[in-house]
Amino acid sequence: MRFLTVKNFDKDKSTKFMDSKNNLIVDVNGLVKRFPIGFSGFFTALKGIDLTVSEGEFMGLVGPSGSGKTTFLNIIGTLDKPSEGRVNVLDKNAGTLTPRQAAQLRKEEMGFIFQSFNLLPVYTVFENVEFPLLLLNLSYGERKKRVMETLEWLGLTSKINSRPPQLSGGECQRVAIARAMVKRPKLVLADEPTANLDADNSHRILKTMVKLNEELKTCFIFATHDEKVISYLKRIVHLEDGRIVKDISSQKSELQ
Amino acid sequence: MKILKLVFRNLIGNGLKTWLNVFVLSIAFVLIIFMQAILQGWDRQAMSDTVKWEIADGQYWNANYDPFDPFTLDSAVSIIPKELVNQYETGQVEPVLIVAGTIYPSGRSMPVLMKGIRAGQQLLELPTSLLMNPTDSADIPAIIGSNMAHQSGLTENDIVTLRWRDANGTFEARDIRIAGVFRTFVPTVDAGQIWLPLDILQKITLNSGKASLLVKSKEVSVVPVDGWNFKDVDELTRPLRETLRSKTVGQSVFYVIFLLLALLAVFDTQTLSIFYRQREIGTFVALGMTKKEVMGLFTLEGTMNAILAIALGAVYGVPMFLYFAVNGIPMPSGTSDFGVAIADKIYPAFPPKLIIGTILFIILITAWVSYLPARKIVKMNPTDAIKGKIQ
Repeated sequence: MRFLTVKNFDKDKSTKFMDSKNNLIVDVNGLVKRFPIGFSGFFTALKGIDLTVSEGEFMGLVGPSGSGKTTFLNIIGTLDKPSEGRVNVLDKNAGTLTPRQAAQLRKEEMGFIFQSFNLLPVYTVFENVEFPLLLLNLSYGERKKRVMETLEWLGLTSKINSRPPQLSGGECQRVAIARAMVKRPKLVLADEPTANLDADNSHRILKTMVKLNEELKTCFIFATHDEKVISYLKRIVHLEDGRIVKDISSQKSELQ
Repeated sequence: MKILKLVFRNLIGNGLKTWLNVFVLSIAFVLIIFMQAILQGWDRQAMSDTVKWEIADGQYWNANYDPFDPFTLDSAVSIIPKELVNQYETGQVEPVLIVAGTIYPSGRSMPVLMKGIRAGQQLLELPTSLLMNPTDSADIPAIIGSNMAHQSGLTENDIVTLRWRDANGTFEARDIRIAGVFRTFVPTVDAGQIWLPLDILQKITLNSGKASLLVKSKEVSVVPVDGWNFKDVDELTRPLRETLRSKTVGQSVFYVIFLLLALLAVFDTQTLSIFYRQREIGTFVALGMTKKEVMGLFTLEGTMNAILAIALGAVYGVPMFLYFAVNGIPMPSGTSDFGVAIADKIYPAFPPKLIIGTILFIILITAWVSYLPARKIVKMNPTDAIKGKIQ
């Protein structure tokens, strides 16, 4: 994969955000999440989480299966609601957002990267990456410019008319990253992004994300238990049994 | 606009699956419109033929005349009223005398209605010029419809014995000559009827100057006459309309079957779509659509099948409709035995109401069928949907 500099990428949005209050992207206090089991029981997946994530962080929620990583990520991504506690995401209280407000927040400010890529199978690479911009009602000219810029940046211009079934796993995940990044979100949530990739592809993808994080100051939050991912993280929040057991920050700023 | 773009993108991306649905739906569209058009064309022809051959602009009926009670025929005759004599003389009113009789073709007896009408009248389509009897033959000339000819086995120039009772109740009999067999699609002037010259029928039945009913031309207005009741076209065609209506109900079964087949294809695809595309649904939500928007997207996708089907149907349907509207559809011989007037060719009618009505109806019902499975999306948990977990 070519490694390109973020020459043409629009930094305005990121710069603007630098001035916002405390640069906090996520602010969580006393988060509890319970899921109903059977007729009267509950399973508590998150048991009083407190966490803040600032702009430009490259952090991961790490822990074994069932520790609550994905649940936490879903709540930050406003795809799920907390049972108790306060979750502020980009200055919005995720617990009180209406479905429309939550959708608006995701549409404008967040990008998602999934373990299984979740590309739209009948769309071409261009259309997949264009999709978030279409939801933002941008003009065709603007959409095309941004999509091409992003695809070029991710080295995917030769695949522009391919459909996901014609791509390799690594290419699919790069398309997914392009889709997440094309609208220049403030926050990207990645749930096990390398789980379906081989080691080489995993490293390439991670290097791409590190570069995006460094040059655009986009905040990345991962949910992972993959050692390869962990080795790239600048901050590691360990979850066990629904609780944060360790929060380690490092000063990694260069590509691995 | 954005939703429409996505819908088209999804439909086109679905490729063959979409086109199969669209094709099936377009066939249903074309067939439904075509069937309805045939019915409407048939109805129009039947109505117009009935008016031309039998009713004209209405009829004055003798007060005692009841077409459903042959026993009243003897008493349902009277002199042409003086109020209508002028119109009678100018051919704007044509008297018809109706008397019960019997013919004996091939030695068997067959009850008939003898109908007397002026030879050479112009008001009705009946070829009464054949009744002018230019030959010196002593036989009474008569014309019959093709259906009657078929039933009785009579052909042109055949001689057959006709027996009747005159006004005094005395039985009389004469030979009649079939001067012509006419083809009509109006059974009420054909089946079981023999048309004779009015003056002869009046004379042999001792009903001189009398008639059972008087057919009116549209060039004259209705005149109130004592002892005669005027029946307008609407009233006289009511039984025919009722027959046509009952036929329409029967034909609706086909309509429903075609529609159900088409809707089943759409419903099936939609249900499967929502089942198999859960990961896609979750992704739409994660990328910033509300669940209701996604539901709208899927509903519109299903509905768009109908819209594409209209476009496809128009491509092959319009030339087909035009061809049959101009050239007609040949009807097999013997169809008039159904009891309803059927021409040898039916020209389908395509009024805008039929086309627009059918299109709107099918679009609405397709939208509803698409909406039913799409409602499930609102109940989906997006975090499970993203992972493709079956819900």
